[in-house]
Amino acid sequence: MKSLLNLLPYVKKYRKKLLLGFIFIILSISFSSMFPLIVGNGIDALRTGVTYSKIIFYSLTAIASTLTGGFFLFLVRQNIIVVSREIENDLRHDFFSHIVNMPKDFFNKNSTGSIMALATNDINAIREFVGPGIMYTIQTFYRTLLTVSIMFYINPFLALVALSPLPFISFIVYKVGRMTHSRSLKVKESFSDLTSKAQENISGIRVVKSYAREAGEIAEFQNISRDYFRKNLSLAKVQSFSFPMMYLLTGVSLVLVIYFGGIEIINNRLTLGNMSTFLIYLGLLTWPMIAFGWIINLTQRAAPSMERLMNIMKLKPEISDNKQTDFNIAAENIEGEVEFKNVSFKYPAGHASVLKNINLKISKGTTLGIIGHTGSGKTTLINLLSRIYDISEGEILIDGIPIKKIPLNTLRESIGVVPQESFLFSTTIEKNISYSKDYLDYDKVIESAKSSSLYKDVCSFPEKFQTVVGERGITLSGGQKQRTSIARAIYKNPKILILDDSLSAVDTHTEEEILNELKQVMRNRTSIIISHRISSIKNANNIIVLSGSVIKEQGTHNELISLGGIYYDIYQKQLLEEEIQES
Amino acid sequence: MAEQKNKSEEQLHKKIDSYLFKRLIAYFKPYSKYIALAVLLTITVSALAAVRPRLTPIAIDEKIANKDVPGLQTIMLILFATLILQGIIQYAMTYLTSWIGQNIIMDLRMKIFEHLQNLHLKFYDNNPAGRLITRVTSDVEVLFDVFSSGLVTAFGDIFTLLWILYFMFTLDWHLALVTLSILPLLIYATIIFRKKIRVSYSRIRLLISRINSYIQEHITGVSIVHLFAKEKRTINEFEEINSEHTKENKRSVFYYAIFFPIVELFLAVSSGLILWYGGGEVIQGAVSLGVLITFIQYSEMFFRPIRDLSEKYNVLQTAMASSERIFSLLDEKPAITDKPDAVRIDKIKGSIEFKNVWFAYNNDDYVLKDISFKINEGEKIAFVGATGSGKTTIINLISKFYQINKGKITVDGIDINDIRQKDLRKNISVVLQDVFLFSGNIEKNITLDNPKITLEDVNNAIDKTGLRPFINSLPDGIHHKVNERGTTFSTGQRQLISFARALAYNPKILILDEATSNIDTATEILIQEAIKKLIEGRTSIVIAHRLSTIQNCDKIIVMRKGEIKEMGSHQELLDKKGLYYKLYELQYKEDIIV
Repeated sequence: MKSLLNLLPYVKKYRKKLLLGFIFIILSISFSSMFPLIVGNGIDALRTGVTYSKIIFYSLTAIASTLTGGFFLFLVRQNIIVVSREIENDLRHDFFSHIVNMPKDFFNKNSTGSIMALATNDINAIREFVGPGIMYTIQTFYRTLLTVSIMFYINPFLALVALSPLPFISFIVYKVGRMTHSRSLKVKESFSDLTSKAQENISGIRVVKSYAREAGEIAEFQNISRDYFRKNLSLAKVQSFSFPMMYLLTGVSLVLVIYFGGIEIINNRLTLGNMSTFLIYLGLLTWPMIAFGWIINLTQRAAPSMERLMNIMKLKPEISDNKQTDFNIAAENIEGEVEFKNVSFKYPAGHASVLKNINLKISKGTTLGIIGHTGSGKTTLINLLSRIYDISEGEILIDGIPIKKIPLNTLRESIGVVPQESFLFSTTIEKNISYSKDYLDYDKVIESAKSSSLYKDVCSFPEKFQTVVGERGITLSGGQKQRTSIARAIYKNPKILILDDSLSAVDTHTEEEILNELKQVMRNRTSIIISHRISSIKNANNIIVLSGSVIKEQGTHNELISLGGIYYDIYQKQLLEEEIQES
Repeated sequence: MAEQKNKSEEQLHKKIDSYLFKRLIAYFKPYSKYIALAVLLTITVSALAAVRPRLTPIAIDEKIANKDVPGLQTIMLILFATLILQGIIQYAMTYLTSWIGQNIIMDLRMKIFEHLQNLHLKFYDNNPAGRLITRVTSDVEVLFDVFSSGLVTAFGDIFTLLWILYFMFTLDWHLALVTLSILPLLIYATIIFRKKIRVSYSRIRLLISRINSYIQEHITGVSIVHLFAKEKRTINEFEEINSEHTKENKRSVFYYAIFFPIVELFLAVSSGLILWYGGGEVIQGAVSLGVLITFIQYSEMFFRPIRDLSEKYNVLQTAMASSERIFSLLDEKPAITDKPDAVRIDKIKGSIEFKNVWFAYNNDDYVLKDISFKINEGEKIAFVGATGSGKTTIINLISKFYQINKGKITVDGIDINDIRQKDLRKNISVVLQDVFLFSGNIEKNITLDNPKITLEDVNNAIDKTGLRPFINSLPDGIHHKVNERGTTFSTGQRQLISFARALAYNPKILILDEATSNIDTATEILIQEAIKKLIEGRTSIVIAHRLSTIQNCDKIIVMRKGEIKEMGSHQELLDKKGLYYKLYELQYKEDIIV
């Protein structure tokens, strides 16, 4: 429950509107509660003999009171429920802004599914608490208070009689609530068994089919299904109890009012009109009883949702600008000289170092090639430069300035990365290419596409650069995706360009073409090329070989070949592979 | 224009809804008797609920007016009796409907699960696991909610309305007509409200799915957002959809805010009319006061269910979305099915032949081109070649996980299309690179709960695969707990468990996809020993990544780009100095680098 206190700042923002809403609740209930009184008076008037005009007066006032009450009820919803929608909007906005700024590591720990569930289901549960939850709470309390007071005012004895089942109702609501709670926990457990089984079966379907175990799997799933069925029925046993019981007890009130009210009438201590008023009020009280259980339910659902949400919201993005940041550094002033000084890195969750004592200098305008096996730390090295992760030890400098001092946006704006996995957004090709800028310069898009050998491909699509990619558009081949991704980085016009194994899906001929183009584009800028293929990096000014978290070899292509080490072996192997491919 | 589009969309919706509804009803059939009983109970409950106000005028006009206390007591007792009876029946009815609902849900869930077991692997390649799990779990759950809280209460409401109508008209039909005179207006208001809210809801649903896909896309591509420092723009774009969603929601709030007070107002108008018209009648002595009070009670009972019915309608809408997804899954035809006249084979001997086999996962993109080879009973064959050369595809085809495009595959000389999949797979054990362990214990992972595999078989398999020392080191032995996917075991240990599994099934044909991942040398030796035992006395096919392990094979098949390039024994192929020779050389180089 405490977690819901975190909503206070959100609620405060709309306090005026909410307060207004509360006032309208009071007004709407006050007016609509007059209705039974008027009807009762009307009935009494009938007994004592009245004129038509009086009857019409009673009818009209009854309608007028409801109309006024209804008008305020409209205002209640337009204030309180609307505010709850606003708060929902704010919560979702804050949540999304928060996660977008979370580092990569966060997304390794939290699945996309769970994040999406938070953004929709959980926030919705909270919304229901803030809106209908609060509205019905106040309505219920005020209505009960008002109705009970009026009943006591008319006839205290009959009011006591009418309310006598109330303690039983409370007791039963409490008891049933507890039993429901424990049983629904069991249902939830069983449901999670069911989900795990389905998940395991579907992920392991290959094994199931290989060993022809379909029947066994079905039998096992049937068992779990049955268990879930039983747990649900055991819950139903209790839940089915609550409504009939509620109706029974309110029904008892009605019967008691008719009986004792009747006796009171016979003894002339009560009028028939009063009794009718009582009967209508009791009818009005049934709803708050039901609403009461519903409010508890809403709160019980909202509290854990809020807790889950807060667990994420309270995480601080580890990588962000701070006191050290020098905001005077602008992207235009960055030259592009990169230096790694004794850099070591461990992943937050891992024990082993991924990089150890890396010392490296890339002068402005030169190209660095990186080669090494999968898992040798190549991608990590460049992730550290863009501060996707922060180094554990040592220092990385750009133009002699530690990167932690450079504003994060400035740093990332000056680096153009073509990641290993070419992720494109499901929008047009031109929007993907111009992603780095908020405006679209068509000439530049074409230029970038030409530089990455993508232009011809795009021209073959019917809608050219307006072609939508992804699920709702056309599916690009791996090579086309990579080249689009390269064009996107070129469009950014960065001081430092990084290709992380970004030519793997294009053939050697295209690779050469792109590399030649890039040479033009990257004149006077710094490039880092990671590759498995010697051909991509052999012309680099400097090449490093990463192996076992350290730089094993360093030098130009020719130097490394004459060294006769790992680089040489890889080179030989690739020559042989080429030969096999061509044979 | 837009209006017209909405209209045709609505008609389409209606068509789909009624189609889905018909299909859903089929699942109710087995329980028709119980459903009939539930309906009967519902009718009784609603009758009892409606009969109580009917007793009010008797109490007021006859007993109270005549100061008849014992008579009043009798009425009270009758009222109590109806109350208790109503409580009991209502309880029984609620429980019964839960029972029916749960049964139907279980049936449907089992049907989906069974259907999934029969679907071909290609289907699983194309559909993310998460989506399929949702079908089996939450989509089915939504249907239950609709059934129990939607349909049944809606039935109850309708019956209550009918009973009230009956009592009102028998009590005083003039007054009944006056009370109901407001009804056409109410119905009209409800229809308008329903229309508005429906359009609004479908827009909201669309916006929610846009929110979801936006979040999903930008989480998947979060690195790009970070690398390009586009957090702000991303947030702004999201806010656009988010606020549109809020705007649309506010519109629906507005409709509700109007509709609810209007229902209240109609109720009041109706009571006012009763008071006005009935009051006149009372003065003239045509209607008693008790009847008047009863009518006011009835009008209260009458209008609320009508309001509630309009809400039930929305619940039904979400259910339709779920059932649409469920049925489209159930409509997915298994691409690989047994022929009705398929041969039943218990034990196969184990010869395999591929005759001019062509295969493509997609369209004309052939991954196997004109493959022919023969493996005799008990022979050991190895496939070698670069990744993507088609080795794994061949083993997928032997187990008939995919249907070939051209050519023929035979086992013991019988076309595998004529053998029941079950019989075929029973005789083939496949050990994959990526070992999949189920949660449970080690024994279960070896037997896969097959009752035909005895404890002796299990122990035997454990001994032969050299798994024994490891099992002995565990406190619970073969009953040691395995968690999801067996993540607490090392790769080597998982590999050995999967060997034991394959061995326990004692297949005639063994297919082994050698693991490429790094395993420590000690385990590696264990595994190599185990493989030797594993392939003894059966036809075995090994996909080799290390050429050192296959030199003793009867035949080695070298593949490249979906074609067989060379075939022969190790020595023959080396002498040929062709592709195999080069691969062998390459492997030698690789060993140095690693």
